[in-house]
Amino acid sequence: MFENLQSQFILNFVDDDRWRYLVNGLLVTLKITFFAALLGLLIGFIIAMIRGAYQGTGKYRLANSICSLYLTIIRGTPVVVQLMIIYFVIFGSVRIDKSLVAILAFGINSGAYQAEIFRSGIQAIPRGQYEAGRSLGFSYKQTMLTVIMPQAIKNVVPTLLNEFIALLKETSVAGYIALEDLTKGGDIIRSRTYSAFMPLIAVALIYLLLVLLMEQGVKLIERRLHKYDKR
Amino acid sequence: MRKKIMSVIIASAMIMSLSACGSGSSSAASTEKASEAVSEAAEEAAAGTENASAGGKLVMATNAEFPPYEYHENDEIVGIDAEIAAAIAKELGCEIEIEDIAFDSVIPEVTSGKADFGMAGMTVTDERKQSVNFSDTYAVAKQSVIVKEDSDITDIDGLKDRVIGVQTGTTGDLYATDDYGDGNIERYSKGMEAVQALSQGKIDAVIIDNEPAKVYVAENTGLKLLDSAYTEEEYAICVALDNTELLDKINAALAKLKDDGTIDGIVAKYIKSE
Repeated sequence: MFENLQSQFILNFVDDDRWRYLVNGLLVTLKITFFAALLGLLIGFIIAMIRGAYQGTGKYRLANSICSLYLTIIRGTPVVVQLMIIYFVIFGSVRIDKSLVAILAFGINSGAYQAEIFRSGIQAIPRGQYEAGRSLGFSYKQTMLTVIMPQAIKNVVPTLLNEFIALLKETSVAGYIALEDLTKGGDIIRSRTYSAFMPLIAVALIYLLLVLLMEQGVKLIERRLHKYDKR
Repeated sequence: MRKKIMSVIIASAMIMSLSACGSGSSSAASTEKASEAVSEAAEEAAAGTENASAGGKLVMATNAEFPPYEYHENDEIVGIDAEIAAAIAKELGCEIEIEDIAFDSVIPEVTSGKADFGMAGMTVTDERKQSVNFSDTYAVAKQSVIVKEDSDITDIDGLKDRVIGVQTGTTGDLYATDDYGDGNIERYSKGMEAVQALSQGKIDAVIIDNEPAKVYVAENTGLKLLDSAYTEEEYAICVALDNTELLDKINAALAKLKDDGTIDGIVAKYIKSE
């Protein structure tokens, strides 16, 4: 049994340097996840501000409806379909770096979810704080930036990081546009060696390890954030 | 805590590896049976053999996005392979059930016993022979190169250092990876998607089996085939290594169908001579 495992291991990872498919794929996955998370953060923050401002002051009616439409469409369709639409339809006849397409697709997708996370964080701050800020002569903007947001951000950080973990796993569909991410790397090995066990388990373990690492990071940050809380 | 996590990971990995080795070439279910019965009975219980007897049902694994060998038409999977498989099944007195999955999963389906045989315009290669047995070949095929009509690639030599699209795990993928290196290959899940990327100018060429290539070129404007073929090869049916009984039956049926012209008839129906 052990010899069988060993020969399987050699066939799947050592022969023809097949491990490179996993390492290169891992790098691609990390790159997409990182930049998509950043892009999503930007989109999510902006949208949450617009929606919050509309609810608070009634301004930006048009921008608010555009944002609602965006949220509805993005959250109502699967990310793999969005990815293919961006690759095959929006960039229909251009030669474009596929990593960029993936970052755009996953970033735009994640932005919708992050916007809702931000909004829930802002709404969780008692309205009295907003009223107190305004009654002290702060403008809406000042109140948001100096009173509400610092507290809201602290509340949403753990949820945001969990969204990043979900994002990492979602990038596994990047292979649909022939981008060689970690999952596709495993698939390529599988298509060469015709064995399912080793490549799939290896890919799963790498994802699991990444997620465990990120979860440790979440815990660390959470502890730091609540260091001075008197609860 | 960290220790606990590690031990859980290791334990689960071990359990999985146990089950993977235990099954070996036959399915888990047949292993159970084998432990109850004597070894002779165990051989019979090996993947699929029980289905292959007369009146039973044969499961065929294919990737039905490969015209004219197999493709979807009006809720049905049709094509050369589908019809030859039906003819073989008729010879064996079985029914046939066609299962449509990704091309790179066809062989794993067969080796794991989920399907009795695989027939997907599959070329015989030495690497594949390590996982499955191949029947006698039933068709000759070429790997062709599709380029845009205004492309500056005029022959196979022109493919060097260009971006080449392939379908993951096909012989086009395997050979092109060896010839041109990973960096120049883009692997799509479907041949159709590679062709789409080509017509959108995302890649320079597509290497794919000649017959589907002709269909793709006919259905998309602005594409053409290179005159010279990339490679020549032969298609065969794959069967699990331990299922020699079914393999013999398929070979016998194939020989008969070749002799009486059935196979030529089916091929001629789908492929118009040039």
